[in-house]
This record gives sequence, structure tokens and C-alpha cells, in this order.
Amino acid sequence: MNTETTNVPDQPATAKRHPAKAVLLAILKRPQSAFGLIVIVAMVLAAVLAPWIVPYDPNDQMFDGLSLEGAPLPPSAKFWLGTDLLGRDLFSRLVLGTQTSLIIGVLANGIAVVLGATVGIVAGYFGGVVAAVLMRITDLMMAFPALLLAIVLAAIFKPSLLIVALVIAMVNWVQMARVVYTETRSMAQRDFIEVQRAMGASAPRILIRHILPHLIYSIIVFGTLGISTTVLLEATLSYLGVGVQPPTPSWGNIIFENQTYFANAPWLVFFPGLAIVLLALSFNLLGDALRDALDPKLKGRH
Amino acid sequence: MWSYLIRRLIEAALILLGISLVTFVLLYLVPADPARQIAGRSATAETVANIRAQLGLDQPFHIQYVRYLGNLLQGDLGRSYLQRTEVSELIAARMPATLLLMLAAIVVELIVGLTIGAVAALRRNTPVDHGLMVFSFVTISAPQFVVGILLLYVFAVQLGWFPIGGYGTFAHLVLPAVTIGLLGTGWYSRMMRSSMIDVLAQDFVRTARAKGLGRMRIILRHVGPNAILPIIAMIGIDIGLFMSGIVVVESVFGWPGIGQLAWQAIQRVDIPIIMGVTLVSAFFIVLGNLLADLIAPMVDPRIKLK
Repeated sequence: MNTETTNVPDQPATAKRHPAKAVLLAILKRPQSAFGLIVIVAMVLAAVLAPWIVPYDPNDQMFDGLSLEGAPLPPSAKFWLGTDLLGRDLFSRLVLGTQTSLIIGVLANGIAVVLGATVGIVAGYFGGVVAAVLMRITDLMMAFPALLLAIVLAAIFKPSLLIVALVIAMVNWVQMARVVYTETRSMAQRDFIEVQRAMGASAPRILIRHILPHLIYSIIVFGTLGISTTVLLEATLSYLGVGVQPPTPSWGNIIFENQTYFANAPWLVFFPGLAIVLLALSFNLLGDALRDALDPKLKGRH
Repeated sequence: MWSYLIRRLIEAALILLGISLVTFVLLYLVPADPARQIAGRSATAETVANIRAQLGLDQPFHIQYVRYLGNLLQGDLGRSYLQRTEVSELIAARMPATLLLMLAAIVVELIVGLTIGAVAALRRNTPVDHGLMVFSFVTISAPQFVVGILLLYVFAVQLGWFPIGGYGTFAHLVLPAVTIGLLGTGWYSRMMRSSMIDVLAQDFVRTARAKGLGRMRIILRHVGPNAILPIIAMIGIDIGLFMSGIVVVESVFGWPGIGQLAWQAIQRVDIPIIMGVTLVSAFFIVLGNLLADLIAPMVDPRIKLK
């Protein structure tokens, strides 16, 4: 992989196609990451095909969804994962919750990645005062109790899907900024960048054409791991009642709505909890495998 | 050393100043009107205006902030809007519970995390290693409220080994400490594993083996301490992780610490308390990072202060 680094900046398109296949192979060869990839693909399919998958309307408070005493029903052939306190089908709500989790995961993480990478690359390339100011801001964010900040932000703004995503992004961009900053800084001092600068290439051109292609691997790895953090944060905010608002189902707010009854109806906490863990775990396993496959520096430590 | 320490202390103070400003701006934007909330629904507009003036809420932003900062420097975090008590007193009263939980969580994560990491390193690339590493991934992928509620269900509701929540005895402490500790376990076990692998590959281990020392003795006396030291230095950084978890975990278990205080304050828009807890948490995080940076070079002379 070291020998090809000189090719990457000039022909990123041709240089990328080949490793992509190798990376996919490396992911599938390891049972953990293959498992992660399968779970992610399955959940994406479930989210996309949700209208055709759900056996019941997720918001329908069914008369036969509660016992005669008015208690939620445990899992059965009719209601695969049981029903909730209002007699709604839990499986249908979980499938719709998958949509919520993935939309916020991708949206929030997308914003965080773009923001973090931009801050990191600008600070790393220009250095000096720009870097000092931007990196002090990341110091500040690192010292902020992240969840507390997110809760306060979410409580201030009336939570909608977009606001929740923005709040999570505000808390999550810092790590990416740090990683990209460190890599850009070492890159900016290399000879081939020096040559471009001497030839009169503009800063945006150098950043986008020559530095960004080298950062792509780190961005992919930390972007993947970041989705896991995002999913967990969304679930926690929704659990506290300041995230995604009912009746829009989210795995977190399903637990929030039903937790008072968990001693009698544990499935109402267990299944949504399992869904959260599975999705977050899968992105972690995938990110870890990507790191090993993409970053030759870390090889041999595992 | 001294100039480094002074520079870091100034940096830490500036970060705390920045955090106080950011928090203040955020809470200034809160749409809910605290004066209206204190006065109650039936109060006249005049009463609400009086309360607002009394709290200084009618002043422009910068005057409010400067006054807040002035009080802060004297250790005055302001008064709770609703409880009519000093915020510093409220926090001080709840701090012991939070510190106790923090200490217990650190003990849990060190014992469990270091053991898992060490076993995984010694059984490197075997199914045991793979299983333990997947477990460590599960612990960092499980939200604390899910872990907390499930632990409550299994060990308190079903088995009845521990109380369902509250504070007071050792039994009350176990489940919340495990819930918080489990998250840290994932990080410590991964660090310990790679640290052990590094140490195991070093020459002095081979020398010890060549001298004919027993395997257990080598691991406990030579490899263990060398692998653990760099990790101990990381405990400071761990405080940030802890502070983020207390709001949820203290709420789930009804643990009367500053996390629960913050959560109650957020629901009632009791701004001075939210500010106070945020600042105190940030103070601990900054302190933890500072300690980690100072201890790491002492433990491992290869790390240079810069």
C-alpha cells in the first residue's frame, strides 16, 4: 500500500476501485465484521421496505392489542414482538424506528463528518492563528459534558428530526476534526505538496485535489465509527424525552414510553434495546475492520 | 516542568471561561420564561415583571454575563429559581453521592477491563481473544439506559439480589456502578490488550523467560505492571466519559447525585442549576485531562512534555 501513495493524488478514481474490492473481501473474511455488514444491510433494507414489511399500522391502537385487563400482550404468533401500553404492534414500531435511527444516524453523522473534516483540514493546512483558534474550540468541545450539552440543546429547541440531528452533529464533529487536523498537518509539510505550492496551485486546489484523497481512508473509518455514537446519542436523547417526539417511533422513545411498565412487560425494553445495541455494535465492528483494512500503520497490532 | 504546568493551568482556566460563556449563551436562548414559571400561571404581568427585575433578567446579555462571572469567581453559582437555595449548596449536598458512584465505577472498569484485556492478549488470536473483543465492543455499543434497565430487571426485579433504586447501602451502589463501569470496561480492555501485546514483545520478557522464571511470575511481576502503568494514566480522561453518563444512570437508578439534579433542573428550566452542574462537570473533565497529561510522562518517561 505504501508504494501506491504517490499515485493516489493524481488518479484517485483508478487507484480507489481496486482497493475497494480488497476491503470488501477483508470485511467478509472476518466473522465479526461480516456479521456487522449483514446487520447493517438488513436494517437498511427494513427501513427502505418498511411500508411493505410491517404487519400492522405502527400507530394503530388496536382493540385486540391489549389483554382484557388492558395490559400489553407478550410476543405471540399474532404480534411477533408483543404490543405496547397503547396496544400498538411493537414489531411494526421497531421497523419504523429503524428508519428514524438510520435517517438521524446518516444525517447527523454526515453533518459532523463534513464539519469536522472541514475544520480539521483548514486548521491543519493553514496553521498559525487559524489553527490555534479552531483547535481551542475543539478543546472547549472536548471538555463539555457531551450528553449534558445535547440535552440542554435539545430542550432549548423544539425537537424535530432535523434539530435532533443538528444537536448530535454539534456534539460529534470534534473527533473527526482532531484526526483530520493531525493528518493534514503532517501532509502539508511533505515535498509533493511543497512542489504544488511552488508551482502556484491555489490553496483550495491543493486541499481538494492533493490532500483530501489521502485523508479519505481516515474519514471513512471515523465516519463509520461515528454512526455508532450517533445512534447511541439519538436513542439516549429520545429515551430522556428530548429527542425524537412521539408518535414518530424511535427505539429510544419506545423505551421512554414504556419504561414504567418494564417489570411486567420486559419485552418493551428488551427488543428496542437489542435493536439499538445491534446497530451500534455493527457500525463499530465494521469501522474497526475498515481501520485494519485501510490503515497499514495499524496492521500487526491486532 | 513548572512553565509547562503554569501554561496548562492557564489553558484550563480559559477553557472553563469559554464553557461558562457557551453555556450562558445557550441558556440565554431558552424560550421558556423562568420568571413566568416562578410566578405561576395565575400571576399578573406586573408580578412577572417584578420577578424578572429581581433576578436581573431584564438586563442586557453582557451585563447579565459579567455579573454571573463576577459571582462565579467568588464561588457563587447563583440561586435556584425554584428551590430558593444556593446552587453551590445543592451541588455540594449531592456531590458525595456522585463521587462515590464515580469511584465505584472506576474500580469496576479497572478490575473487569484490565482482566479482560490481559486474558485477551495472552490468548491472542484465539477464539477466547475474539470473543472477549466482541464483548468489549458490545459494552461500548450498549446505551447506558438499556444496560441499566435490563440489570434492574434481571437482578432487582427477577432475582431480588439488589434494591430497585435509591441510595444508602453497598447493595444500592452495585448496579449503577456496574452500568457506568461497563462502558469504560470496553475502552480499558482494548487498551490493556494492545499494551500487553507491546510489553510481551519486549526483550526483558524474553530475558525473564530465558532465566527460567515461571509463566505466572513473569506475567504478574514483569508484564502486568509495565502494561498497566500507561493505562492508569488514562483514568483522568475517563472522567469525561463518566460525567456524560451520570445524567442517565442517576435518573434510571434514582441515585441522588448531581446528574439527577441536572435532569430535574432541565425539566423545570431551572437555569442556574443547569449552569452549575455543567460547569462543575466541565471542571472535573478539565482537571482529569490535566492530571492525565501530567501523570503520563511520570509513568512513561518516553512521553515528553511539550
